[in-house]
Parts: sequence; structure tokens; C-alpha cells
Amino acid sequence: MTIRKNVLTGLALLATAALSLTACSSDAPSTDASDAGEITVYNAQHESLAKEWVDAFTAETGIKVTVRNGSDTEMSNQIIQEGDASPADVFLTENSPAMTQVENAGLFADIDEATVEQVPADFRPSTNKWIGIAARSTVFVYDAKKIDEDQLPQSMLDLEKPEWKGKWAASPTGADFQAIVAALLELKGEEATAQWLAGMKENVTAYKGNSTAMKAVNAGEIDAALIYHYYYYGDQAKTGENSKNVTPYYFKNEDPGAFVSVSGGGVLASSKHAEQAQEFLKFVTGKKGQEILKTGTSFEYAVGSDVASNEKLVPLKELQAPSIDPAKLDSAKVAELMTKAGLL
Amino acid sequence: MAGKGGRPGPPSGATTLVILATLIAAFSLVPLGYVAFMTLTTGWDTVMELVFRPRVGELLLNTILLVVVTLPLCLVLGVGGAWLVERTDLRGHRWWALALAAPLAIPAFVNSYAWASTIPSLAGLGAGTLIATLSYFPLIYIPVAATLGRLDPAIEQSAASLGLGPWAVFFRVVLPQLRIAMAGGSLLVALHLLSEYGAFAMIRFDTFTTAIMIQFQSTFNGAAGNMLASVLVLLCLLLLVSEAKIRGNARYSRVGSGAQGLAIRMRLGRHEIGAQSLLVAVLVLSVCVPLYSVVRWLIAGGIAIWDPTEFFPALAQTMGYGLTGALVTCVVAFPMAFLAVRHANWFSKLLELSNYITSSMPGIVVGLAFVTVAIRLVPGIYQSAYVLLAAYVLLFLPRALVNLRAGLSQAPRELEEAARSLGRSPAVAFFRVTLRLCAPAAAGGAALVFLAIVNELTATLLLAPNGTRTLATAFWAKSSEIDYAGAAPYALLMILISIPMTYVLFQQSKKAAGQ
Repeated sequence: MTIRKNVLTGLALLATAALSLTACSSDAPSTDASDAGEITVYNAQHESLAKEWVDAFTAETGIKVTVRNGSDTEMSNQIIQEGDASPADVFLTENSPAMTQVENAGLFADIDEATVEQVPADFRPSTNKWIGIAARSTVFVYDAKKIDEDQLPQSMLDLEKPEWKGKWAASPTGADFQAIVAALLELKGEEATAQWLAGMKENVTAYKGNSTAMKAVNAGEIDAALIYHYYYYGDQAKTGENSKNVTPYYFKNEDPGAFVSVSGGGVLASSKHAEQAQEFLKFVTGKKGQEILKTGTSFEYAVGSDVASNEKLVPLKELQAPSIDPAKLDSAKVAELMTKAGLL
Repeated sequence: MAGKGGRPGPPSGATTLVILATLIAAFSLVPLGYVAFMTLTTGWDTVMELVFRPRVGELLLNTILLVVVTLPLCLVLGVGGAWLVERTDLRGHRWWALALAAPLAIPAFVNSYAWASTIPSLAGLGAGTLIATLSYFPLIYIPVAATLGRLDPAIEQSAASLGLGPWAVFFRVVLPQLRIAMAGGSLLVALHLLSEYGAFAMIRFDTFTTAIMIQFQSTFNGAAGNMLASVLVLLCLLLLVSEAKIRGNARYSRVGSGAQGLAIRMRLGRHEIGAQSLLVAVLVLSVCVPLYSVVRWLIAGGIAIWDPTEFFPALAQTMGYGLTGALVTCVVAFPMAFLAVRHANWFSKLLELSNYITSSMPGIVVGLAFVTVAIRLVPGIYQSAYVLLAAYVLLFLPRALVNLRAGLSQAPRELEEAARSLGRSPAVAFFRVTLRLCAPAAAGGAALVFLAIVNELTATLLLAPNGTRTLATAFWAKSSEIDYAGAAPYALLMILISIPMTYVLFQQSKKAAGQ
């Protein structure tokens, strides 16, 4: 009995020792900063893509990058609450609305001119408070066994009609889908958007995540899904296991459903490592950073430094996307309308 | 005694302890205070608009249905299993006694991942009920089995001698005596149902907790999410009150002198096969399916999924948080446990009540409260490991408290006084007698807290410092991107870590029931 007690006490002591070691090392990341400096990136982009960028950047510059992962509007709201005390130096998103939100709160510094010049005007806001780092297109993926080509909707707006009840899926809780709604709001106004969302609430089967929604179409659980293009191409490039029964369909025609969403990057005005932060965005929008989009596994469109996108993708120019100033996308209004429609 | 100024220099330092314990209790009410403050400052019209909307109705219906369907199933499995193991001549009942506790070693969200990746169409209330029942029934089984093993058989024998049949004896004599264990276990299951995030998010079943997380991902700590949190907290408090009502004031302890007789085991006879196959089915569904699924993904993923640059940091950070959290929680729980045992009065009861309330707060509410309070009031520690540790302490304090209290009550003050009368200084006497005697109990409590921290997901997602990855959050990130193979190593590790802890819990329940 006593022996067992002693063993337990010993274990407790050992635990104490182990913890003080780990606690120390995790508490003080700033003490071992290398000469090149370090930055903290709030990342709402796909973790795998951000990791490719970060690893390549650190290899080239020696600047250490700490990444905090989250989702678009979670992190934009977080940055706004943190205000001047924000630990973030750089903010990366999947879609523009979250960028606009931080910009409107006056928390972004101007992007370095050299970086701005790397990206064409279509893929950055007129204010140059942030910069496009990649782009993604809306796509309607469907099961060709269940929907004939001539039955396909002409517009994304058709999906609120009764004949589409129970037939399509989406991930309304994700920032991706909310960006599409933001485009709809900008193109058609509040009333039309509220009406479309009400119809959507009746019709849609909600999944968590675009990949899960596509997987459901592939498995025959549902006829179609409104998602972004790269989930399809990414899976095709891997095993096709989650997309072999799926056909992509682009609305084109400047339809709200042809929306191309710009992923953004910005440097926080409060950053204490502004120089390194700017350097990071210059790298991401530069040739090496954009080539990661072309050759990597993300299948997002390249937007900067004249780097062509992955050749498996339908070229951006053929998508006939509606022209929208990303600075006008209103994520707070979208969250409010979707909460009212009972989708959030 | 010491607190009343009877003797000088008391090692217990009751006044200090009272102050400490009060501070801790006040601190533990932060989440409740947050929700109340947010509700009051949001403005009545907005509150009405955000609370009384169809979506909240849907969530309420989902959450209530989940509790109403899952709880009886857990009770049937838990009580039925306990009865078979403790009161029948079931073959291999010693082995089964442990096997039925084994599902606790598989975290609910790992269980859900295993099922969802095996049957992708699994979704909604049915799936939620299946996974919750399989994951949580041991929370009822363990206390009920422990109590059942300790019941005085004399009462049953009297009932039988007065002409009651075996079934009547079970329902009219045994079951009422299990009321406390059943109510306590049911409360735990219900609170888990309300606070679980990962398991239900994976199978697209919306409860308040998943909805709050969705609001968080869209708006950080926006008003809609806060109002959902208020409703959720209200539900939790409702559960606490109803458990207290059901438990009542009755005493079921044995007061006679002499040793207690051994319980008579009922002969199963021709029902043996039925009972065995039922138990096998439960074990297959709750343990074998998840294990099979994890192993299948491990094989499918091959060596590529064991990325050492991701895997080892996650393991190290999880161990760091688990061990630190367990230790700090025990230290923090000590003043309260000490007051409760040595200076029991209305005040110590009040302290315990505050803890009890906090223990019912879901991780998501604690996370939301801490992230907001840290940003607005104490920016100096925002996003530091301290905030996350504080959340862990708060969430899991009761686990340490229960154990420490039991340990302290077995270390009578007289022993400490004897040591002092033999010339030891008060401090030495305290450390060498009291503290040493309650060390095993403290270790047990620490083990439980450690287990809980390893499997904690929601508060960790909200509060983890930049760059921090625990096994749970790494697992969650992978499985959210439907990288099921990539998630498998983390699932396996969480199960492996949980196994010894589950054993400790099982052993302790046997002892605790005797007190």
C-alpha cells in the first residue's frame, strides 16, 4: 500500500517537472526569435495552403511564422475586438468580406506599392488596404444520373423555387457560402436576398463544409451542391473517391452564381513587425507564392505576378463572373440576414 | 477550530483558506456572470428578437429530443449492465464489469468520426442518439454498478421472505436504492449531451452548442451566439435543479453493526445466452466499431500520415497542458475540499454550490466568456497559456474536488494533532500526515482532470495560444477537411491515453461507493 502511494506521489512529482518544462517552452515564444524576425499570421485560408506558403517563405527569408487558424469572419471580428493590441501581423482569408470588415474598422496598413503592382486591379480593392492572394469560383456540382443537362438551373436564383426542394446542398455556416450571399446582396439588394434565403431555408440540405456537401452528392445522398470549384479539382487530382459521380457546372453569364471570390491578405496597422509582414505578402503574391497555387494541391486560381493557374482548371476569363468591388461585400449584413432566415 | 482562534499558528490557516476559496469561487462564476452581463447589456428588444426565433425553437426541440431519447437508453444500458454484472451469475462477470466501462476510453467525437467515416449518410437525431448512447452510458453504469455492489442484501432478503418475486424485489427494493447513483449519472449524461460539440457537428446534428460554435465562426462573440449561450446555460441550470429534486433527502446507508452480507447472485440459467449476446452487441457497437474504423484509416493512410513535425508537437503540448492543468486544478481544489471536510458550515456549502453550477457550464460558454473577458479586461494574458489553463481548471475543478474531499475525510485531524504533540511543527505535521494521506486521492483526481483536458475540444479551439495544437484540435482540423486517414493517428493516441485513466475512474468508483 505504502509503496503504491509513494509511486503515485512520485508520478505526481514527475508530472510537475514535465509540465514546468513544457509550460515554459510554450509560454515564451518571443525569447528565441531569430535575427530575421518573426510574424504571427491569422490564417483563415486552408491550413494546407497556408503551410505551403509559410514553409517556403521561412526557407527563403529565415523569418519565423506562427500561424493561428480559424475562419474568415471569426478572425475578422476577433481582430476588431483585439484592436491595437492584436497579436496578428498578417491576416489571410478565403474570401473578401472579412477583409473589408477589418478595413472598415481602420485596422489595416497600406500595402507596399511593390506588392500592389504584382496583382492586377481586378483582384484587389481600390483602396489598396489589402491585396488579393488567390481566387475561387462558385460552381454547382451535380449528379448527372439524377439531373439532365437541360434541367440544370439557368441561374443560382432558381434554387429557391419549389422544384428544387430537398435537391441541393450547401454549407451555409461557412465563410465561402456567406461570400456568395454577400455577392448576391451586392448585385440584387437586400429584399431579393432575404427572399432567396427564405426559399433556400426550405430547399437546402445543410452540410458542414463544402467537401462534405460534395461528398454527399457523390454518394447519391443529394442531387447537387453549391460549392467552390477547387474542392472538385482537388479531389479529382487525389483519388477522385469523393467526386467520381460528380459533374461541375458553371452558371457564367454574370449570374450571382458565377461569383468569383477573391481571397485576401492584409497587414495590420498595429503590427510591430510591419516590415516582415509586408515581406510575407510580397512573397505570397510574388512569383514563388503564386506558383504554389499553380503546382500545389490547392487548385485555387493564381491572381498575381502573371502566373498562370493550374491548367486543369477552366480559365478564369471563361467564367463570365459578375464584376464586384470586393470592398463592397458586407459580411455583417449577410450574417444578420442568414440568422433571420434561420440558416445560422 | 483553528479558524476560531483557539490555538496559535494553525497549519490549516483557515482564514487564508476562506479567502482563497472565496476568490476561487468568485472566479468560477465568471462564465455565469458573462452570460448574465451580455444578456442584460444587449438590450431587451434584441434579446427577444434573438431568443424567440424559429431557429432557437429548432435547436430547443433537437436538444430536448436528444436528452429525452438518449437518457432512457443510457439508463437501460447502464442499470441493466450493472445488474447483470453485479447481481447475476453471468459468466465472466468480473471481465464484463470492466468491459462495460471501456467505452469511456473512446472520446465521443472520436466515436462519431469512426461511425461517420464508416457510414457517411449517418446524420440527425437518430445518429446523435446512437453515438451519444454508446459514448455516455458508462457514466450511469459505473456509479450504479458501484452502488449495487455495496447494497445491503438483508433488505432484499426481507422483501423476498415477505413474498415478493425477484422482479418485484428489483423494482420495489433495489431500484429505489439506486436513485442517487442513477440521478447523478443521468445528470452527467445530460450535461454531456448539452455541451458536446465535435460528436454532433460531425454528423450534422444541430444542438445549442453546435449552433453557438457556428455563430462564433461567423461573428466571433456576436450577440446571437451570446443569446444562444444564455439559453443553453438556462437549460443546464434547469438540469441541476431537477437532479437535486429527484435525488431528494433520503438516506440509504446501512446503520446496523457487523459485517454486511454478500449479495446473492441470481441464476440466469437459459437467459445466459441472451444476456451474453446483448452485452457483446453493446461492446461491439461502442468499442469494436470505433477501433476497427481507426485501424482501417491507419492502414489506409500508411506511413505518410505520421508526420513527426505535426504529430510530436501536438503530443507534447497536449501532455504539457494535461499535466499542468491536472496539477493546478488539484492545488486550486484543495482549499475548498479542506474547508468542506474540516470546517463544514453554510459558507463551505455555498462555495461548493458555486462550483457545482460552474461544473454544468459547457466548454463553449466558458471559452466565449474567457476570450471576451481576456480581450476586454486583462489584455496582458490574452491568448496566453494561462487563460486556457484557467478554463481547464474551471471546467474540471469538480472532478478534483470530489476526490480530494474523499481523501481528506480519510485523514482525520487527530492524526495531525498527534504528530504535533510528538513535537512536529504544524507545517511539518500537515505535510507529512494530512497531505501524504490524501495523496492517492489527489492523484486519482488529477488523473481524471488530465483525461478531460486531453479530450477537450471546444474551449481549446477558442482559447489556445497562437500556434498551439493539441491532439484534439489537430484531430478536429484533419477530420473537418475529411482527411479521415490523417486524423487517425490522433484518434488512436487519444484512445491510448484514455485507457489507463478509464481504469483509474473505474477503480475509484468502487471505493467511493463505500463512503
